[in-house]
Amino acid sequence: MVKMNVLIAGVGGQGVVLASDILADVALEAGLDVKKTDTLGMAQRGGSVVTQVRIGEQVASPLIGDNDVDLLLAFEKLESGRWADRLKKGATVVLNDYSVPPLSVSQGAEAYPGDSEISHLLKHRGADLITIHGSLHAAEMGNPKILNILMLGALSMLTPFNPELWIEAISKRLPPKIIEINLKAFQRGRKDLLSILAEMSAESGLEIDGHGDDCGCH
Amino acid sequence: MKKLLSGNEAIALGAYQAGLKVAAAYPGTPSTEILENLAAYKDLHAEWSTNEKVAMEVGMGASYAGVRALVSMKHVGLNVAADAFMAASMTGVVGGLVVVSADDPGMHSSQNEQDNRYFAKFAKVPLLEPSDSQEAYDFMALAFEMSEHFDTPVLLRMTTRLSHSKTVVQIHREDRQITGPGGFNRNPGKFIMLPVNARQRHPLVETRLAKLAVFAESLSINRIAEGTKQLGIITSGVSFQYAMETAPGASILKLGLTYPLPEKMVREFAAGVEKLVVVEELEPFLEEQILAMGINVKGKSLIPRVGELNQDIVRDAFESAGWIETIEKPVQDGLIDEVKTLPKRPPLLCPGCPHTGIFSVLHSLGLRRKTTIGAEAGLVITGDIGCYTLAAYPPLEAMDTCACMGAGIGQALGMEKAGINDRVVAIIGDSTFLHSGITGLINAVYNGSAMTLLILDNRTTAMTGHQQNPGTGFTAQGAPAPSVNFANLAKSCGASDVQEVDAFDIKALRSVLKSALDSRSLNVIVVRGSCVAITPGGGEALTIDTERCTQCGTCLSLGCTAIRKGAEGELTIDNQLCRGGACRLCQQLCSHQAIEQIIKKVV
Repeated sequence: MVKMNVLIAGVGGQGVVLASDILADVALEAGLDVKKTDTLGMAQRGGSVVTQVRIGEQVASPLIGDNDVDLLLAFEKLESGRWADRLKKGATVVLNDYSVPPLSVSQGAEAYPGDSEISHLLKHRGADLITIHGSLHAAEMGNPKILNILMLGALSMLTPFNPELWIEAISKRLPPKIIEINLKAFQRGRKDLLSILAEMSAESGLEIDGHGDDCGCH
Repeated sequence: MKKLLSGNEAIALGAYQAGLKVAAAYPGTPSTEILENLAAYKDLHAEWSTNEKVAMEVGMGASYAGVRALVSMKHVGLNVAADAFMAASMTGVVGGLVVVSADDPGMHSSQNEQDNRYFAKFAKVPLLEPSDSQEAYDFMALAFEMSEHFDTPVLLRMTTRLSHSKTVVQIHREDRQITGPGGFNRNPGKFIMLPVNARQRHPLVETRLAKLAVFAESLSINRIAEGTKQLGIITSGVSFQYAMETAPGASILKLGLTYPLPEKMVREFAAGVEKLVVVEELEPFLEEQILAMGINVKGKSLIPRVGELNQDIVRDAFESAGWIETIEKPVQDGLIDEVKTLPKRPPLLCPGCPHTGIFSVLHSLGLRRKTTIGAEAGLVITGDIGCYTLAAYPPLEAMDTCACMGAGIGQALGMEKAGINDRVVAIIGDSTFLHSGITGLINAVYNGSAMTLLILDNRTTAMTGHQQNPGTGFTAQGAPAPSVNFANLAKSCGASDVQEVDAFDIKALRSVLKSALDSRSLNVIVVRGSCVAITPGGGEALTIDTERCTQCGTCLSLGCTAIRKGAEGELTIDNQLCRGGACRLCQQLCSHQAIEQIIKKVV
């Protein structure tokens, strides 16, 4: 029985809400119940954005409970750390290696947390941390705005849904002009996640089957 | 067909299919998307009204003329609309009239978390509380039918979590209920609330309520899910979901119509369970009514009346009462405290915001003091609600009050009349001025104020997501419309000294503001500049010449997120965020000519 709580976090303008809409569409198409809720804050641009997606046979509360996040998909490093205490034991975190300094940091009043600090927070309760170079690869592909779909590609490897469902959902949500590049971004995200998993398993000597069955969400 | 819809989308679809003809609203989080979605339909009238009271009156007029009408607003909007809302209860309706109040438990973007369910009791009208998008959709047709059948406005209460969550909706129909054209039948006893008529109407309102209470007993949206006899839960709205999550085995009385209550049903339910608890967000609205029936029920002694609920809060309450088994909690490993030390990302004015310049000038006049009691005269800035409220945060800190829409103008006058020797500046946005600033300005002129009023005209209703207003030249449905000229409007309110100034010209802003503050008589400055979010382009970004830059930090005083201070104190501009030629505020502040426009902006 599928039961999956996904939290997607980032900064206003990164496409967090669209990503969560697509994930929810996929779950609905797969015949499951789904509820999602967005918290946007008041800022028009550049504020913290978080969205919670709950998928299962039947979902009651639209909110993910304390310590009940199975998958954290983070588009920005500081924003990933903010949700560390909500992770379930053994959760999986897919993190985009990218930082957007908040005003207190760009004004020089506070320091942006280092990678080791973020990783310490995320792994505190035994989460698997998978860091991918999403923003870098999106820029290489010529459009930083495809980051959200690239991240969804990575996420898709950790979910039980058929890639066709993802491709259909992405194509339905986006304007025709940008579908092609976004589908490429989706495939790039899938590839990126697979190669990182391969690296990680090579380091730890573990076998993987490329479908991330250790994500704890099945 | 199954569809994922937000609560607000579901309301719009349900109302449309129920034959809605007229919709009126003023933007306000979390209600805004209801009218936005309705505006997309071309076979109804959907409008942004100037404020919630006007919206309510538009709804009343449409209802009197025999068509179905919907009025939507955030919770505090109903305070503004209350005069009309209370009157609508007295006159009743002809076409169905549904009022949607979107409350904001947890104050995600509001100044209070008032529980508007009390408005139903206060106005003696029925109250519906959906608990997900399916019910929001389903309840709309019911709401219109109830309104027409019982000759009453119906209040439908949403909350932020319902309005902004998407859940699966089974859509029953594709078509739209056919309703006839409007027509008005004169009926002075119903529509003219002179005391002689109102005295006839009040008993009818009481009879109506009694009939509704009987109706509530057999209404299918008030339902019992039988579970264990040990624990009975009475709940409504999104709290139902948290109760289901926490105690799925309990007996649950789920109320869709929460005023008036089905007393018989409540009594029978209470008699069948050993322990009885009400799970409701914010105030003990249900609990008080059930206690008043003489039924022993628990509620707010266990579940907080402050803030938004969730399943963990309900679980903690039930565990502490010993009603459910305690689950294992993660060890107190200090992780929460560590997370709290991360730098925050508070809401901010965007790079290129037309509000930044004027607040930077206000901040830099050297007149801002912690107190002016027994000190030199300073500068007090009263404000209200909009993106410009964000200027209260450092480094600008150029806002001293924010209470409700339009409040700054009256407050400024009150401070003057209290005899403070400071200069008082009131600040208001374009949409807010039209909402509730005009009467304040007329009052200030009439009562001999010497304030400076700044009207920040950014050509949109920005904070709620860029809705049209009477100043923008377009209606909610995209039709061209006359556009208010704010300078002329201020003049016609009696202000003789009115000036317009470009929001991105620091020198002009400073000079106009200085002479206004020196004038010691009432003056109005209209600061004009388009909201960055509705303005395309911006051209090439600015960059800092490190040779010329002395790292004095003056540019940082704008609080612009595009300008960054590095580890060595070096200043840089993020060329993705910078609005370049459309803004240039930092360039004007730099006395070392270190900021140039050279970098080609990457899209």
